[in-house]
Amino acid sequence: MIVSHKQTKDVKYLREIATEIRKSIVQSLTEAGSGHLGGPLGLADVFTALYFSILRHDPSIPQWAGRDRLILSIGHVAPVLYATLAHAGYFPVQELLTLRKLGSRLQGHPGRDHGLPGLELSAGSLGQGLSVGLGMAISARLNHQTHKIYVITGDGELQEGSNWESAMAAAHHRLDNLIAVVDRNGVQIDGRTEDVMQLEPLEEKWKSFGWQVESCDGNNMVQLLEVFEKVQDAQKPTVILAHTRMGKGIKSIEGDYHWHGKVPNADQSVDFLRELSGIPVDMRQA
Amino acid sequence: MGPFKNRGNKATKAGFGEGLLEAGKRNPDVVAIGADITSSVGVNLFADAFPDRFISLGIAEQNCMGVATGLALEGKIPVFSTYGVFAALRAADQIRVSVCYNNVHVIIGGAHAGVSVGPDGATHQALEDLAIIRVMPNMTVFSPCDATQTRWAVFTAIEKCKGPVYIRFGREAMPDFTNPDEVFCPGKAQLMIPGDDLTICATGHLVWEAIMAAGQLSELGIHARVLNIHTIKPIDSKTIIEAAQETGAIVTAEEHQIIGGLGSAIAEIIVQHNPVPMAFIGMNDRFGESGPPLELMKKFGMSAENIVSESLRLVKEKKEG
Repeated sequence: MIVSHKQTKDVKYLREIATEIRKSIVQSLTEAGSGHLGGPLGLADVFTALYFSILRHDPSIPQWAGRDRLILSIGHVAPVLYATLAHAGYFPVQELLTLRKLGSRLQGHPGRDHGLPGLELSAGSLGQGLSVGLGMAISARLNHQTHKIYVITGDGELQEGSNWESAMAAAHHRLDNLIAVVDRNGVQIDGRTEDVMQLEPLEEKWKSFGWQVESCDGNNMVQLLEVFEKVQDAQKPTVILAHTRMGKGIKSIEGDYHWHGKVPNADQSVDFLRELSGIPVDMRQA
Repeated sequence: MGPFKNRGNKATKAGFGEGLLEAGKRNPDVVAIGADITSSVGVNLFADAFPDRFISLGIAEQNCMGVATGLALEGKIPVFSTYGVFAALRAADQIRVSVCYNNVHVIIGGAHAGVSVGPDGATHQALEDLAIIRVMPNMTVFSPCDATQTRWAVFTAIEKCKGPVYIRFGREAMPDFTNPDEVFCPGKAQLMIPGDDLTICATGHLVWEAIMAAGQLSELGIHARVLNIHTIKPIDSKTIIEAAQETGAIVTAEEHQIIGGLGSAIAEIIVQHNPVPMAFIGMNDRFGESGPPLELMKKFGMSAENIVSESLRLVKEKKEG
């Protein structure tokens, strides 16, 4: 079990953590019996890079005023946030098995009223997180604080018009302390984003709204660290289009939109955990 | 308590603007958000005095509500005022999830309440906002009766309340009659006129109409109790149940749809605790239209005369048992 909040640039170590987080995602969703598996697995590397390398934060003081804020706008991928917070030391990893259960602090979509340490925002209705991040960014500027505000959005989520209200306003107010990360996995519940509602040309959309736009392989730890470092000194709001694979880490489900809103059964879970642990196929069949 | 004298007509939105400016002077954490129509919702005074604490976000109410949430999570006290139709309806989901579920101290000003908006017509006359807003968990809802009380409601929302607050106010200059020194008690029905023959529970602009109606009723020998329900939520159940027990009949009066507003809120209490005959003065499930404010209130049955006639009917019904 890896529990640490020491920020590191050790890519090998970060990859190991991402794997542990993926295992926790599979375990917690299997135990929950409902939820979304694909998105959280795809985002495990982004969350690992942020919480274990990039963010200024201290799990022993969740409300530390100088912390970087991370807003999860796509509430349905909560399992990756929960698993990351637990592995970073905000609460016991064992608690991940209470996901979606009665009385749990780990609500199906994040709910602050249940008192989970490290959770910045109750969210789940799409298209709202960026606005909240914007408000936090304005507050930081008014208070002369230097922390950053990260907002994790989905790509399908960008079909909600309210995001573009926020995008317009962030550029208008030149909020260089705001960093949006778009989980560009290309799929949503009904299928490919470009079939459901075309998002491309996505870079040009953000650029035309006045944002600095960066792209990276969202499952490549080296690229993630590079891009997050690069945007620290941005002069305007920045969006990172993180190209991820839904279901990353488990070959049989990678990129399959059917796994957007599905969880594994007990047998599948055993297979998935073995695959994540690197146990060879022939051994699994034995 | 009365007798009440109109010191001169004044729009409740002016009370909102003055209250916000004064609260802003007292507390540097107060910030205001503008969605383009700042002068018509009373925020221009604050914006002129504190340009650094005024955040212009354009015609984008959904974003405004989220930004307010972010500001409040960081300890600011954001005030976002726009027309009630846009605040309560267009951004309803943002109010529900971002503002109310996070239970943040955001003050939402719902301007242009009721048909007294006048010539702008149906699209801009907020007649559904209370119904939408009062069902939101964690939300406090104020509907003050004149400019003086609106000013108090703003102070109270900013300085005494903790979670989200919606303050409803109007556009047209209307009688300003409440005592400027009387502290606003959130959650308490305000006894305007004592009486035991029936109770008129009114809110917003219709409190003045209720006072006028009570005067006319008293000439007929009927003593109406008038309660100003300036806090729609949490509603003062105790005072309302007492009124039902002591007067045996209740007329509600509001510049809002009958469905879901003040009348509904009072009926929810009365039917559980002390059912008595009730009558509902309000908009009867239709849209408003353009016209002079007072004529519209008459046309749609929301004036003193309507309160009098419904009161007479109820008192008769009560006597006939």
